[in-house]
Amino acid sequence: MYAVAIVAILVTLSLALARALMGPTVFDRIAAINMFGTKTVLLIAVFSFLTGRLDLLDMALVYAMINFISVVAVLRLFSHKDFHSPAENNVISVKVRRRWF
Amino acid sequence: MVLDILSWVCLVAGGLVGVVGAVGIHRFPDFFSRQHATGTTDTLCALLILLGLGLQAGLSLAAFKVALIFLFLFITSPAATHALASAAVHSGLDPKRGRTDSEGQS
Amino acid sequence: MMTSLYGAILFLLWLLLSGHYDPLLMGLGIASVGLTVYLAHRMDIFDHESFPVQLTSRLPAFLVFILREIVKSNIDVLKRILSRDPNAVSPRLEEFPLPQKTDLGRVIYANAITLTPGTVSVELTKDSVIVHALAKDIADDLFTGEMARAIPDKVVEP
Repeated sequence: MYAVAIVAILVTLSLALARALMGPTVFDRIAAINMFGTKTVLLIAVFSFLTGRLDLLDMALVYAMINFISVVAVLRLFSHKDFHSPAENNVISVKVRRRWF
Repeated sequence: MVLDILSWVCLVAGGLVGVVGAVGIHRFPDFFSRQHATGTTDTLCALLILLGLGLQAGLSLAAFKVALIFLFLFITSPAATHALASAAVHSGLDPKRGRTDSEGQS
Repeated sequence: MMTSLYGAILFLLWLLLSGHYDPLLMGLGIASVGLTVYLAHRMDIFDHESFPVQLTSRLPAFLVFILREIVKSNIDVLKRILSRDPNAVSPRLEEFPLPQKTDLGRVIYANAITLTPGTVSVELTKDSVIVHALAKDIADDLFTGEMARAIPDKVVEP
C-alpha cells in the first residue's frame, strides 16, 4: 500500500515540475516549487515507512523547514532584489484598489 | 486489522487527492486560482497521508514525529501561500475575473 | 519565568525527537537548549506573540473546527477541479471587515482563510482583509459563514 501512495506522490511531483517549467509568471514557478517541496516531505515520510528506516522522518522534518525558509527567501529576492532591505509599507496603492473594486 | 485497513484507505485517498490537486494546477486559468489547487494538495493530501502513516506507527516516537511534520506543514503552508499571493499583487499581477463577475461593477 | 518554561518545553521536544537517553547525549541536548534560550533571550523575542500562552486552552476546540472546515472546503475545490462546467471556476476578489480586536486574532483569522482551499487572503490591512475566492458562492459562504465569529470566540478572546 505504501507503494501506491509513493506512485501517486511521484505523479503529483511530475505534474508540479511540469507547471514549474511551463509557468507563465515567476510566481507560478515558485508556487509549483513550494508544492514540490511539500510533496517531497510526504514522499520521504512514506518512503521511511516503506523501508522501515524510521530515522528518515527526521530528514523529512528538516526538509519541511528548509522548504519554507527557501520559498520565503526566494520570494524576498524577487520582490526586493536583495535579502536585507527592510519590509516596505505593505498597503495596496489606491491605483491598484481602483482597478480591482 | 481495522487500523491497517483504515490507514491504507487514508494513504490511497491522500495520493488520489494529491493527483487531483496537481491536475488542478494545470486546469485553472491563472496564478491566483492555481493557489487554491496548491492549497488542496498542501492540506488534505498531507493530512490524509500523514494520518495513514500515524495509524501505522501506533503510539510511538515515529507517530510523534509524524504529528510534528503535520503541525509544521500546517503552520508554514498558509504563511507561504499568503506571502506568494501578496508578493504577486505587489509586483503588479492582476487576477483574472470570472464571467459572472461583471454585474454591478464599473 | 517565561524563559525557563520555554527551555523546559524545548528540552522535552529534544528528548522526544532524539530518542537517546544516555548521559553524553543528554548533556549535549541540555547544552544546545541552553544556547538556544540564551540566543533567544539576547534577541529579545520573548513576548505574548512568540509564545501565546493565553490561547492554549482554547486550541483543541479550534483545531477540531478548522479541520472540519478544511475537509469540507477541500472536497468542494476538488469537485470544482474535476467538473466540466466552465462556471465552476470564476475567481474574484472581495474585501471583508475584520471583527477581531487583537493583532494575533487577525493573523489567526487570515491564516484560517488561507488554510481552507478556495479562499486565499491576499492583503491584510488595519481593519479589513482582501480575499481571493475561487467562486462567488465560496466568497458568499465566507461572508455569512461562521468562521469570522468562531475565531475570536474560540481562540483569542477569553
